[in-house]
Amino acid sequence: MEPVNGAVASARDEVGDRRESADRDAPGREAGEVARSTFLNRADRANLLRYMAMMRSAEERAITLYRQGKIPGSFYDGAGQEAISVGSSYALGPRDRMCILHRDLGAHFVRGVTPDRYLANYMGRAGGVTGGRDGNLHFGDRELGCVGMVSMLPDMAPVATGMALSFKLRGEPRVAMTYFGDGSTANGQWHEALNFAGVHLLPVVFVLENNGFAYSTPNELEFAVDPVERAATYGFPGELIDGNDVEAVFEASRIAAARAREGGGPTLIECRTMRMHGHGAHDDMRYVPPEMFEEWSARDPIDRYGERLVAEHGFSADEVERIRAEVKAYVDECAQTALASPMPDPATATDGVFADDLTPLGDGKAPWSYWAERPDVERSAA
Amino acid sequence: MSAATEVTYLEAISDGLRQEMRRDPSVLCIGEDIGAFGGAFKVTDGFIEEFGAGRVMDAPLAENAIIGAAVGAAAEGLRPVCEMQFADFISCGFDQLVNVAAKMHYRQGLAVPMVVRLPSGGGFSGGPFHSQNPEAWFLQSPGLKVVAPATAADAKGLLTAAIRDPNPVCYLEHKGLYRYVKGEVPAGEHEVALGEARLAREGGELSVITYGSGVHLALEAAADLDEDIEVLDLRSLCPLDTEAILASARKTGKVLVAHEATQSCGVGAEVAALVAAEAFEDLDGPVRRLTAPDVPIPFSPPLEQAVLPQLDDMKEACRELLAY
Repeated sequence: MEPVNGAVASARDEVGDRRESADRDAPGREAGEVARSTFLNRADRANLLRYMAMMRSAEERAITLYRQGKIPGSFYDGAGQEAISVGSSYALGPRDRMCILHRDLGAHFVRGVTPDRYLANYMGRAGGVTGGRDGNLHFGDRELGCVGMVSMLPDMAPVATGMALSFKLRGEPRVAMTYFGDGSTANGQWHEALNFAGVHLLPVVFVLENNGFAYSTPNELEFAVDPVERAATYGFPGELIDGNDVEAVFEASRIAAARAREGGGPTLIECRTMRMHGHGAHDDMRYVPPEMFEEWSARDPIDRYGERLVAEHGFSADEVERIRAEVKAYVDECAQTALASPMPDPATATDGVFADDLTPLGDGKAPWSYWAERPDVERSAA
Repeated sequence: MSAATEVTYLEAISDGLRQEMRRDPSVLCIGEDIGAFGGAFKVTDGFIEEFGAGRVMDAPLAENAIIGAAVGAAAEGLRPVCEMQFADFISCGFDQLVNVAAKMHYRQGLAVPMVVRLPSGGGFSGGPFHSQNPEAWFLQSPGLKVVAPATAADAKGLLTAAIRDPNPVCYLEHKGLYRYVKGEVPAGEHEVALGEARLAREGGELSVITYGSGVHLALEAAADLDEDIEVLDLRSLCPLDTEAILASARKTGKVLVAHEATQSCGVGAEVAALVAAEAFEDLDGPVRRLTAPDVPIPFSPPLEQAVLPQLDDMKEACRELLAY
């Protein structure tokens, strides 16, 4: 046993070395400097803070509901990862399409889902986005241009690729975006999707949320080479960014989406972050070294952005506090709406297995000021 | 409707596909080697010249990407027709088919209009990975429609209906029928509604309920035996035409369910259970099955023939039930 363990340990050290060197070489990783987008106005910045805070508040409210026994099954959140879904989705236009995952509640809010529908979905209520057909974040509001995720990961990568294929075939300047985690990059479908998108140069933005752990499995047991380096082998750019910096995520997504729209093909954006809660509420995270929590707590994306708004963008501390408090009050109100929503009628359990008609996807809200300034942007008929 | 012409089952599939692609610009094909090569069985021969590489898309060797991309394209309003080079390879795209495509409408209210073409069936020493009849896999996955034409006219008509349907449809085309079966096919648009069985031969003493290659075996056996045998061609396995099944069972009182697919939990089991539950009082004998046994399809001709139902097996099964 001794030599075998020794060999494994030494192999892991080697992997660790390689990972470290990848970190050192990563653009924007160690710089300690923050990204600053010139494509955001004051209202946009308030929105970025608002949506991140809304995600945090809604998930905190959901945890309470879970502890009160109002949420069947388990509970999953994206605490600490709010900057990724908010910053990336904020760069998209109304006719762009998304496949949103379980750490990405912020993207649903940006697209126009309201917290009551999210909370109702978790509670299995009729007022949830799926009306009780599926739980937690397994939803996509088709009227807002989203296709809902499944548990098998990263199954939405091929689906987003297919949406991008339809844009390319029709010659439309539109983009599909999807998310996945570090664990997903070990799965064959990840390769199938990125390869397909690369071969056909499709307008799709792949957002990798590397939060350090796939359930309990650390990066060094998921891959030998940082996934962002694989992008080049599929024939498109990969960018490694600070996933706890909402403007860095926004900028990388904006640039990737613009390139895709112009026919430049896919981009892989790896957002480094840390999952601050367990994989699910049942996971006590004993596998995470405590110092890792300390390090990442100091980089909380919401606190950090609030401070930056004050330090660099002329927001007062009161204003930042007010935005967060308003969001919290709004989420509380939404929780009451969700709690008032009835459970689904059991008589409907076998309805809707098959479609009788086509159900076109609608457009998302696209709150980025850029889109409001472009009334010429074509909207979908649906 | 234009005049009917005599074409092969294979040509009928091509005709149906070509016709729908001409009629509806949202129809496109995705698959391996379907472009310049025209597909392993030449169903899309000449398509790339007529419709271009965008609508006759050669995909990388990645079945989950093919099915998954089709789901995304369908969500965006296209009507993709995926070709599995052999039905067997759907195992490599199974996750996208049964977890993403099949459940989409129930979970999200989002229609996924797509077709997966599945060249299936054995009889030519294709071995364990090029001969399977995987229809039962799909029937355990609510949300998928499943069809299996036996005639040239139905090959065209069911493909047309499958393409126009707002759901994912598994279209099983039997490779043994591609060039063996010829028949009159309407030259113009021709649609056969999903979920409607076809009475292939009328009879009063015994119902052979079957589909795909089994229809031809049953018709040949009935002609050879010169007995009063009815042959019901199911055509659609989901939705299943339960009324037609029960009407035939009640009429003859004896039912043989036949298919080339393996036995356990197959279509035969489902039909037998239906007949037992709903037509028990009308039965004059046990419901029997003629199927492949529960083994992989072997390669060597004598082994393969021992496994796949043959004409003599069909005749024997009919004789036994008629004599019961």
